Amino acid sequence: MTDRRGRVRVRPSIDISALQAARGWPTERVFRGLAMVAALSIVALLIAVAVRLTAQSIAPWQKFGINFLFGTTWDVVNGIYGALPFVAGTLESSFLALLIAVPISLLTAIFLAELAPPWLAIPLTFLIELLAAIPSVVVGLWGVFVLSPLLRDTVEAAIVQRLGFIHVFSGPAFGIGLFSAGVILAIMILPTIVSISREVIVAVPMAQREAMLALGATKWETVRRAVLPYARSGIVGAIILGLGRALGETMAVTMVIGNKDVVPSRLFDQAQTIASKIATTFNEAQIGIQVDSLIGLGMILLAITIILNVIARLLVSRITRGSSAALSA
Amino acid sequence: MTTGVPVMAPSSASALLASSAADRRRGIVNGLFLAVSFVAAVACVVPLAAIVAYVVIKGAAALNLSLLTQETRALGLGGGAAAAILGSLQMVFLAAVIATPIGILAAIYAVEFSERRVAGAIRFAADVMVGVPSILIGIFAFTLFVLPFHQFNAVAGSLALAIIMVPVVMRTTEESLRLVPGDLREASLALGAPVWRTALSVVLRTGLSGVLGGVMLAVARAAGETAPLIFTALGNQHVNVGNLGKPMDALPLFVFVNARQPYPVQNAQAWGAAFLLLLFVFVVNVIVRGRSLRSRAR
Amino acid sequence: MAVDTAPTEPAPTPTPAPDVRPAVTVARVATRTDSPMPDAAASGRLEVGALSAYYGTFRAIREVSLDIPPHAVTAIIGPSGCGKSTFLRTLNRMHELVPGARVEGKIRLDEVDIYDAAIDPVRLRRVVGMVFQRANPFPTMSIYDNVVAGLRLTGRHPRAELDGVVERSLQRAALWNEVKDKLQDSGVSLSGGQQQRLCIARALAVGPEVLLMDEPASALDPIATLRIEELIAELKASYTIVIVTHNMQQAARVSDQTAFFTMGDDRAGYLVEFGDTPRIFTNPRERLTEDYVSGRFG
Repeated sequence: MTDRRGRVRVRPSIDISALQAARGWPTERVFRGLAMVAALSIVALLIAVAVRLTAQSIAPWQKFGINFLFGTTWDVVNGIYGALPFVAGTLESSFLALLIAVPISLLTAIFLAELAPPWLAIPLTFLIELLAAIPSVVVGLWGVFVLSPLLRDTVEAAIVQRLGFIHVFSGPAFGIGLFSAGVILAIMILPTIVSISREVIVAVPMAQREAMLALGATKWETVRRAVLPYARSGIVGAIILGLGRALGETMAVTMVIGNKDVVPSRLFDQAQTIASKIATTFNEAQIGIQVDSLIGLGMILLAITIILNVIARLLVSRITRGSSAALSA
Repeated sequence: MTTGVPVMAPSSASALLASSAADRRRGIVNGLFLAVSFVAAVACVVPLAAIVAYVVIKGAAALNLSLLTQETRALGLGGGAAAAILGSLQMVFLAAVIATPIGILAAIYAVEFSERRVAGAIRFAADVMVGVPSILIGIFAFTLFVLPFHQFNAVAGSLALAIIMVPVVMRTTEESLRLVPGDLREASLALGAPVWRTALSVVLRTGLSGVLGGVMLAVARAAGETAPLIFTALGNQHVNVGNLGKPMDALPLFVFVNARQPYPVQNAQAWGAAFLLLLFVFVVNVIVRGRSLRSRAR
Repeated sequence: MAVDTAPTEPAPTPTPAPDVRPAVTVARVATRTDSPMPDAAASGRLEVGALSAYYGTFRAIREVSLDIPPHAVTAIIGPSGCGKSTFLRTLNRMHELVPGARVEGKIRLDEVDIYDAAIDPVRLRRVVGMVFQRANPFPTMSIYDNVVAGLRLTGRHPRAELDGVVERSLQRAALWNEVKDKLQDSGVSLSGGQQQRLCIARALAVGPEVLLMDEPASALDPIATLRIEELIAELKASYTIVIVTHNMQQAARVSDQTAFFTMGDDRAGYLVEFGDTPRIFTNPRERLTEDYVSGRFG
């Protein structure tokens, strides 16, 4: 006999219900129900977060329209809220982080996956994963007291001296600022990009490498012409996941970016990201348009993050099948 | 015989022995590539070493009895992180108690009970949740658990942490359960055990070390989270034990606040608290990841 | 026979020494002063002397000695696991790519010891090409790009030259007529048999003298297999072909000489008998050979 969907179902000749009663069938139903509720709660949570944030942030969009996104003033006193400084700060710091992190991460992933012997690759991979486990606030503490002064006295001073005639690279450079935030973010997203890229590269079939080697290619040529093109979409996915992590990073960035509500135009400007703005002003904010505007900022961040996340995971799953590296992203 | 002239009859000997300028260049590029990627790999480890070194050196220097036992005192008056330590212990524990069963049950559902497409949707939602910035989870928890009561409280903090933990626990548990061979399930079912019994006594028990490892990693992550607590538990100068309806401090909050103070005494305490936090997170990570490393190496 | 006294660098010519080899004509660079110019008829001759191959401490092949004649097809047959593929991979030094793998004994290609320290394996593999069991065209490249993939390693070549190589190689691989109108299509858009012929074209495009084939038709249907076998019969006029096959009938159809390997008690493969194919199959000298070819085991 066929069921609703047209699948053929066999009617069992034994009395299942008797068996089920004997084995505690109600328990099975209860357990299964609990498990289903637990599973669905995750989906519900995701929807709830999105809906809640969106609903709570309608007010600024209603009041300011598109100027909420493109306005450059965040004036609490006069009640004018424009998100552009924070959107710009978020995007600029994150892309700066990508600029620094991607080349280093990819080369490292290739080294770990293709070049390093196991006695070197395994401990190195482990150490890089450990870097990802450091709490953001600890990285920020180190960033404020160690990295920023170091950058100010070395790299930033050098750049201002040589390239300072270009506005983007002009001083003053205080250590605290967009550049430091970019470097700190780069350090924090390195492990993400490295581990996912590494898994993606490892998943490239050996046959591809052998084909290239048999034609008389060097190791580098094999990686460049056979392995990387094959793993391309997965690597792009890894980079996007790294970007997503950079966009949402809060504590470390808050501590080193300078917390100034301006659209940064110089590399060493002090700036503010969406996350750092919320972190520093939410608790003192007044209920009403101010809080709603802050939540509106959060909603913008949420939208960008979710979209990037979805795209990235689709790309990564094309090469690997739900790798465990993606979990720690 | 002239050289360098195309010959009809091939000669492998000459082809093998001679090396052209192009070949030498390829060899150099290859060597360069090896060197540069090695340097990159080392460069990845340097920040880790630097952070750990500074936290250990500065943190250990700040470790003393008063840091561990005294309450917070602002304005450079010294004090300690007792409130933060106790607060973290309570809130993380509560979050773990809430999140662990939900996460494990959800994973069991996805692996043992549901069809592939439903499981895929759940996994997808969990992955997206993992990627949501924790500060937004904090705002969410604020609107649900703080705003209606007009009161910052520790329960809201624990719940925010739990929301962060659930998808992480779910995914790691799911991966561990998937590793359990199907034969075990079939053997149990063939003996007449119902699915729920099989799931708990056979599958979960077999994958238990992986599941527990995942839970511990989630706990370590929750212990280090700051942003969700800012708008929920808020922080507290005084020790708060058991009064979950009031604000409570936590180690990451303590580090954050003290790092931004202009008083070196407070900054030193931030290093000390960071040391404690990092110690906990690292011990958990090394134990869990180290164990899986060793089993992989076998 | 004149000994070439030219230096290793090519004589001053307006263009650098050509190391591009179109499928038929071959341009060669000058030889060293001390090695004689081998005569044309000897090119592509492989002499294997007491070859043992190891994976770490495990010996996979024991003391194999045989001479592989040029411009002929030599088949390697034997039961599974007796080291046939390992043997094949020692001929183009792909064996040593496995960590811990090494070789003892000698392999000479036209009097040149290919394991000599002065020989670059990268160079060797342009002279000794390989086709694998499962066709492995590069999926991100078009048919055209697949064929010239090996050529492009040595630098930029003018489009006209590449076009010529593509056509000649695909003709030699008996694939040209089927793909000449869709050269820009992806390499994996072809059927299994076509993909394998594409891989053969790709290997031929760099102008090798020896072509190693590791069970090239085992993943193909009978019709595609037949086409590959016809192709091999054509190719042997210009190349030395060594083919590993587990299909005895194929070996009997296709090869001029046959080498029979089997596994010894120490789990190492060794050469039992080597000779003209008709004799091996109708009148073998060794009992083991007779048992195998008459189907008594394996």
